[in-house]
Amino acid sequence: MNLQIRPALIAFIALSALTGLAYPLGITGLARALFPHQAEGSLVRRDGQVIGSEWIGQSFTAPRDFWGRPSATVDAQGRPLPYNGANSGGSNLAPSNPDLRKAVQGRIAALRAADPEATGPVPVDLVTASGSGLDPHISPASALFQVHRVALARELDEATVRRLVAAHVEGAQWGVLGESRVNVLKLNLALDDQFGANGRKSR
Amino acid sequence: MSHAWTQNLLYLTLLLGLAYPLGAYMAGVLEGGRTFLHPILRPLERGLYRLMGIREEDEMGWKAYAWSITLIKLLGLVAMFLLMKTQAALPLNPEHQGNVATGLSFNTAVSFITNTNWQAYSGETTLSYLTQMLGLTVQNFLSAATGIAVLAALIRGITRRSATGLGNAWVDLVRGTLYILLPLSFVFALFLVSQGVIQNLSAYLHTAGGQVLAMGPAASQVAIKMLGTNGGGFFGANAAHPFENSSPLSNFVQMLSILLIPAALCVTFGRMVQDRRQGWALLAAMTVLFVAALAVCTQAEVKGNPALDSLGVTQVAGIDKPGGNMEGKELRFGPGGSALWATATTAASSGSVNAMHDSFTPLGGLVPLWLMQLGEVVFGGVGSGLYGMLMFALVAVFIGGLMVGRTPEYLGKKVEAFEMKMASLAILLPCAAVLIGTAISVLVPAAAASVGNPGPHGFSQILYAWSSASNNNGSAFAGLNANTPFYNDGLAIAMLLGRFGVIWPVLALAGSLAKKKHTPEGLGTLPTHTPLFVGVLIGVVVLVGALTFIPALALGPVAEHLSLRSLR
Repeated sequence: MNLQIRPALIAFIALSALTGLAYPLGITGLARALFPHQAEGSLVRRDGQVIGSEWIGQSFTAPRDFWGRPSATVDAQGRPLPYNGANSGGSNLAPSNPDLRKAVQGRIAALRAADPEATGPVPVDLVTASGSGLDPHISPASALFQVHRVALARELDEATVRRLVAAHVEGAQWGVLGESRVNVLKLNLALDDQFGANGRKSR
Repeated sequence: MSHAWTQNLLYLTLLLGLAYPLGAYMAGVLEGGRTFLHPILRPLERGLYRLMGIREEDEMGWKAYAWSITLIKLLGLVAMFLLMKTQAALPLNPEHQGNVATGLSFNTAVSFITNTNWQAYSGETTLSYLTQMLGLTVQNFLSAATGIAVLAALIRGITRRSATGLGNAWVDLVRGTLYILLPLSFVFALFLVSQGVIQNLSAYLHTAGGQVLAMGPAASQVAIKMLGTNGGGFFGANAAHPFENSSPLSNFVQMLSILLIPAALCVTFGRMVQDRRQGWALLAAMTVLFVAALAVCTQAEVKGNPALDSLGVTQVAGIDKPGGNMEGKELRFGPGGSALWATATTAASSGSVNAMHDSFTPLGGLVPLWLMQLGEVVFGGVGSGLYGMLMFALVAVFIGGLMVGRTPEYLGKKVEAFEMKMASLAILLPCAAVLIGTAISVLVPAAAASVGNPGPHGFSQILYAWSSASNNNGSAFAGLNANTPFYNDGLAIAMLLGRFGVIWPVLALAGSLAKKKHTPEGLGTLPTHTPLFVGVLIGVVVLVGALTFIPALALGPVAEHLSLRSLR
């Protein structure tokens, strides 16, 4: 065993330097050169300011915006802070947990209260919390479920909003991988860009 | 409809297709052959040996081999522990993360040196970038290289005749790292960045709207975390975090990377024992078990949660919605992409998650739980999966031998009392750790209080934690509050037992096999490449798993499944 102490020590130091410094720093440099946009977080800018990342969902609660999925993230003190990009996580509620049923019931009630005419069954992704708490997407069905409310709040034609939703649907990748989805931040920004942030046509 | 089943099929096809060339390549590396990377890496490799003061042709007996592996792991344990205890004063810490508490540092260091990557903390709120790189990333490489090395030693034990040497642990570790893990990680990390996985050293970003976005060198760590069946997330939400696993394509390739090396090592095995059919037989047994588990998990998650049916939601999949059990899942992956990941990550000893297993349906959650309890031999960890499966193969030929009254042999080596003792130890030690740990946790009030869900699911959370730690998986029913002295220390012991309590018997067995003469195949030899043997092997794995864990599973997921219908 004593014979192996020197090789162990040197192997550990050398392999640490190689895999723990040279490798990650090399990848960082190459990533910055080859994919600078992605490496920095695929940031979305408006008027020179960073307003978010296209991969990280945000908390939208106004009737005029499309809402994302519920988020179970918390702040540093453990209090609810939806879409906290500095502390990812899910609810970890079991399917049998009565609290999950209660939470889903509450979210359905909130959706119905925001739009009494939306009486159809709610797509399950719109009332269940994501694993990361930062899910940037909702299903196309969940977007369509909210079209009436958004159109009303923005004084827009429903068909116009529906067309915009359709233009933002990303299909399953290669038709097979993952699910079709709508990026909520991009959709809301498109609404603002095209029809003005105040809900009236600006052009 | 949900694309789950098509995606599963594509996955299996690509996995088995890629396993073949990679397996052939790895056999070349482990046998010291020349690879296309030699012009670049060979000088580096030789330089390392010179620094270490070793000659690559020096052979080690099993004890020297086992001590070498244990020593470098101990060094890793100490270094990682110190790194976490002092990170506040060290560079590359833009968020000024404080030093980590002692119990949590110990648990995390053990977790990463044992290839478990159990995480009782959340990366973005706890660790500096330096700790992530120089602590976690290094151990991700070394623990995977260890698995490959121990497997190589075992294979040499099988193939060598009347020999004492099993190869050189340092050469195996260096070659596995340089020629296999580093090049694959390098390409994979850059691919991940192209898909949206972040890689930077910036401070956390504060947006105009007040959202804080965690940053960091994620892609480089994610690549080896996946390829090395480590599974420890850069972020708390692991691969559910969009910055760790962005697009459906990144998800698919990450899922492939979980099982890629373990599957390919079966091919490597066949080549190194100079009978490729032997590798295919093991791969076939693994694939059958995997497909069965995958079918159950996918079906359960796609169907959804019956307790929500009456509330006015639709869980039916359609062209414009994934449906299914979406609590704790990401939309871009859906129930299909999450069930496939959950099955792959627990069949292997990865333990990475792209959805929260705690929120899986009872049957969907039973699958990962049981796959871990089988001992991570369905593909399993890098190296460790195959050497685990070889232990089961020895038990299978032993049982076959008992049935016909002959001395059992495996690949020309007589399997005798010592081999059976070592194989049984390697199989049963982790099982014992799971059951004893769970039993103690249920009885100790402080441990039972960590449970985050009522009813049978609370018991499942405890059972899952011990199954995960003892088998070096690292995934969790994360609602269990595991950052307590009881779990930090207890699970650390289970992780050490699950790693070294298997490596030592495996290497002892390899040493004993190497000493034996070759026994030519006779009439009484049970051929180990036939469908019959594949069937016997699957039977042994399932039987051991079933006999050991069915009572515990009945108290947890099965009871929850039966009660769920009544909540409607």
